[in-house]
Amino acid sequence: MYGSIAAIGAGLAVLGAGLGIGRIGGSAMDAIARQPEASGKITTTMIIAAALIEGVALFGVVVGMLGGAK
Amino acid sequence: MVIKSTVKSITLAFMFLLCLTPLWANETHGESSENHEKKEFNVNEMIMHHIKDAHEWHLWGPDHGGTSIYLPIILIDGGLKTFSSSHFYHGEHKSAVDHKTHEEVSYVAGVGPATGYAMYHEKIYKLENGGLSFEDGHVHGAVKPFDMSITKNVVSLFVGAILILLIMGSVARFYKKNGAVAPKGIAKFLEPIVVMVRDNIAKENIDHHKYHKFVPYLLTIFFFIFINNLLGMIPFFPGGANLTGNITVTMVLAIFTLLITVFSGNKNYWKHIFATPGVPVALLPIMIPIEVVGILTKPFALMIRLFANMSAGHIIILALISIIFINQNAAWGALSVPMALFISVLELLVAFLQAFLFALLSALFIGAAVEEAHH
Repeated sequence: MYGSIAAIGAGLAVLGAGLGIGRIGGSAMDAIARQPEASGKITTTMIIAAALIEGVALFGVVVGMLGGAK
Repeated sequence: MVIKSTVKSITLAFMFLLCLTPLWANETHGESSENHEKKEFNVNEMIMHHIKDAHEWHLWGPDHGGTSIYLPIILIDGGLKTFSSSHFYHGEHKSAVDHKTHEEVSYVAGVGPATGYAMYHEKIYKLENGGLSFEDGHVHGAVKPFDMSITKNVVSLFVGAILILLIMGSVARFYKKNGAVAPKGIAKFLEPIVVMVRDNIAKENIDHHKYHKFVPYLLTIFFFIFINNLLGMIPFFPGGANLTGNITVTMVLAIFTLLITVFSGNKNYWKHIFATPGVPVALLPIMIPIEVVGILTKPFALMIRLFANMSAGHIIILALISIIFINQNAAWGALSVPMALFISVLELLVAFLQAFLFALLSALFIGAAVEEAHH
């Protein structure tokens, strides 16, 4: 039973992170389309922001793993 | 044209090899589930066995009785004790009843020089009255001797370190001999990466006059993580250990970043923590704890990110391959192998991306610590 509840939690974490990273990617594409010459800088900033969100999502995955491994 | 077709054929060969790799990784489990048909294939157990550290390096054959490299065990328990881990893996199988769940738990007691010790889930315990007692799935009351064994992850760490030394040594020798000329051989491959770490990671995020001091650290951490991530993707002997997916290893890496950030922090950095400009004095009792916790959460996030990303990658690949063994039908390979191949290729990207991110975020934190006041 532990495993299934943990899986729902991990799924919710993935949902949030997916929405967040999707937004970042979309906005970065908009920005690059407007200013193609700044694409390098935009990409780096995008990766940093995506990494920060992903970090939070991975907390969810780790908690899911701890629950699932029981 | 010649180069293009060569690259194409190399890529194809590589893809083909990647296709085969899952077969290597899981051959053993196929056999063992055939051997005792009754025992159900336990995905969770198999995956955990693969991503966790071990005292042996399993090469091929069934789980028990296959071919393994037995790694040395070093215990500090009233003096130094060293012996081969085969004394555990070929030891005496014992079982006990869990006091709480009343399930039967089996563990191995050592023989020969390992007499008096027992191993349960790769952890070594001292036997008490000739046995171990369990409570709620954990060993209860037994003393754990200080375990300094050279485990699978440690061997993998050595392999990675030697590889980095060889590669970097040869590149350094090339530049020492030829000076700053157009690079050749392996230097040709590494120069763009080194330049990328210097320009895109260090220079962009750390003050222009101070970044020089931190480039060696960033390069070390980048190549250490990158090479070990790639080694983890090789499913057979010198690779395959989940080193960067081991939380202890990532913790040590994150602590390095923490120490460098704390010790290179200037007056401006500490002022922003203990007397944040523009914040009313009455708020400081709340702000200071938050800022102090902030120093620790940044490396903590670094630790979790690398650990979770690499472990998750290994778990996904193993889980996809497990589809075949759950359904006990080779035809499922048509679904699971291409999917595992796809994730494997994605993991190659992740291997690079995580090394890049670790170095980038380290540079960002160091950059914030050495920044001069500008307002």
